Amino acid sequence: MNNIFAIGSITIKELYRRKDFYVLFVLSALITLMAGSAHFFHDDKIVRYLKELCLLLIWIAALVIAITTAARQLPAEREQRTIFPLLAKPVSRAQVLLGKFLGCWLAVGLALVMFYAFLGVVSASREHAWPLEYYIQALWLQWMMLAVVIALALLGSIVFAAPSSNGTICLVTVVGILLLGGHLHEVALERPEPMQSFLSTLYFLIPHLEWFDVRDLVVHESGLVAWWAVGAASVYAMVYAGFLLFAAWVLFRRKALN
Amino acid sequence: MPAPGYILVLLLTVIFTLATWLQPLAVAWTKGRAQSNNLLAVTLGDARRLFANHFFIKADVYFHSGYYPSIFDQGRTNQLHIAEQAGQGPGAHQGKTPEEEEKEEDFLGPPRDWIDKFGRNFYLTEHTHLSGGHEDEMLPWLKIAAELDPQKVEVYTVASYWLRGKLNRPDAARDFLREGLRANPNSYEILLELGRVYAENYHDPDRARNLWQLAERKLKAHERATGEVDIINERQILLYRAQLEEAQGNYQAAADAIERLCLVLPGTHAVEREELEKRRAELLQKANSSPATPAKP
Repeated sequence: MNNIFAIGSITIKELYRRKDFYVLFVLSALITLMAGSAHFFHDDKIVRYLKELCLLLIWIAALVIAITTAARQLPAEREQRTIFPLLAKPVSRAQVLLGKFLGCWLAVGLALVMFYAFLGVVSASREHAWPLEYYIQALWLQWMMLAVVIALALLGSIVFAAPSSNGTICLVTVVGILLLGGHLHEVALERPEPMQSFLSTLYFLIPHLEWFDVRDLVVHESGLVAWWAVGAASVYAMVYAGFLLFAAWVLFRRKALN
Repeated sequence: MPAPGYILVLLLTVIFTLATWLQPLAVAWTKGRAQSNNLLAVTLGDARRLFANHFFIKADVYFHSGYYPSIFDQGRTNQLHIAEQAGQGPGAHQGKTPEEEEKEEDFLGPPRDWIDKFGRNFYLTEHTHLSGGHEDEMLPWLKIAAELDPQKVEVYTVASYWLRGKLNRPDAARDFLREGLRANPNSYEILLELGRVYAENYHDPDRARNLWQLAERKLKAHERATGEVDIINERQILLYRAQLEEAQGNYQAAADAIERLCLVLPGTHAVEREELEKRRAELLQKANSSPATPAKP
């Protein structure tokens, strides 16, 4: 376990040494503040459009950070040939994989805390309220979803040759699931066989990341998600991330490193 | 390389000289080309109109606090709910039966599988409308839609309905409608709505009358030019006009407005026409019994 945490801590340090997070945070903050400086019909209490924009930027930034950070972990170790001394510690390949996952996940979690703190301050400056439970639920669910995304990117980094191709494929897949995942069954029912069976199978197989997107509830404050549902979704995300990590380990343990 | 500093200064001087020479020429080149001081118009060009409808729909999504059918959900109406509430278009909300409304509102239907059932914990599944002064949350999207497509007339009228009717901000409604009128000088819809602002919020019947008269003229001109009859707006203009004239004691003018309305109503509106004829007869009776009042055209 110590080995896993040691590898994880290096990944966290990497995040705050690199510029990605700062650039995305500053960019998100600038866009949000610029949008916030606009006054529509001289009404300074309008806040929902600002929350929506800020949350959209948070989602984009978090996805980019998670995928780019996770996708480059193993290729960078191999390219710099630091994977060999690491495995000679001795550290098993499973520990390397778990350490990388844990590091990326915690690092992204820290970034999310920063982003949501900013969102809270911006919206409180207008609506003079702190709907903390909404933010906590949204942050937690997004973090759980990112566990699946990071595990997917780690698996991709073993399958695909370059981090850029892996990152692009992961991003397209995740965005596709977020936009269409929940409607795949509806689409399937309107298709003829064998496409119907194929799409229906796909619907039940893909990770349902759209569950974790509760931005509308936060923006409109239209009711919290039941805590049991949050718990069940978290278990689903953990099991799915575990499955992807296990698949990554199966491929990684047989992979030639040079 | 000898003295790179001098070369830099030389290049800078050349750049400066060229700029002073080219600047007047550049102004001459762009002369005659349409110039816009709107950043969106400059960056997006006419493509911005494509996005205007998206933001108009976004306002409707906000009106329903996010409970809104996606492109995959069936049973979607063609008319936006915010526009229906504002009395725009043929599918006015009050014209539907409760069953129809309920069916339309429950576009989700029963869950199709356990994934769908569980997923419904994470989004709003109840039909609600913005209320209690929160209606202003829709306004940014309407403003953006108007910025993107200033010729989208319904954006102005819908925004005005919410501003003057629900948020009690007739000044903002009037200013926005005037902005819309500048972009669409022949819009009888905007004139009709502007007349309502003056009649209902400012209680200025003379100005309202003038605006509705102008709206009627613009509408007739539009009908002549296009050959299309806009019965919904014509009906509204004439009914408001009749209402205003009656309230002012100009019974003859009110009866004339109703007569004009009866002439344009299609054959399918027989019941309404009959009621209007009765109303007209009452007004004429009042006009004959009351001292002569100058009938306004």
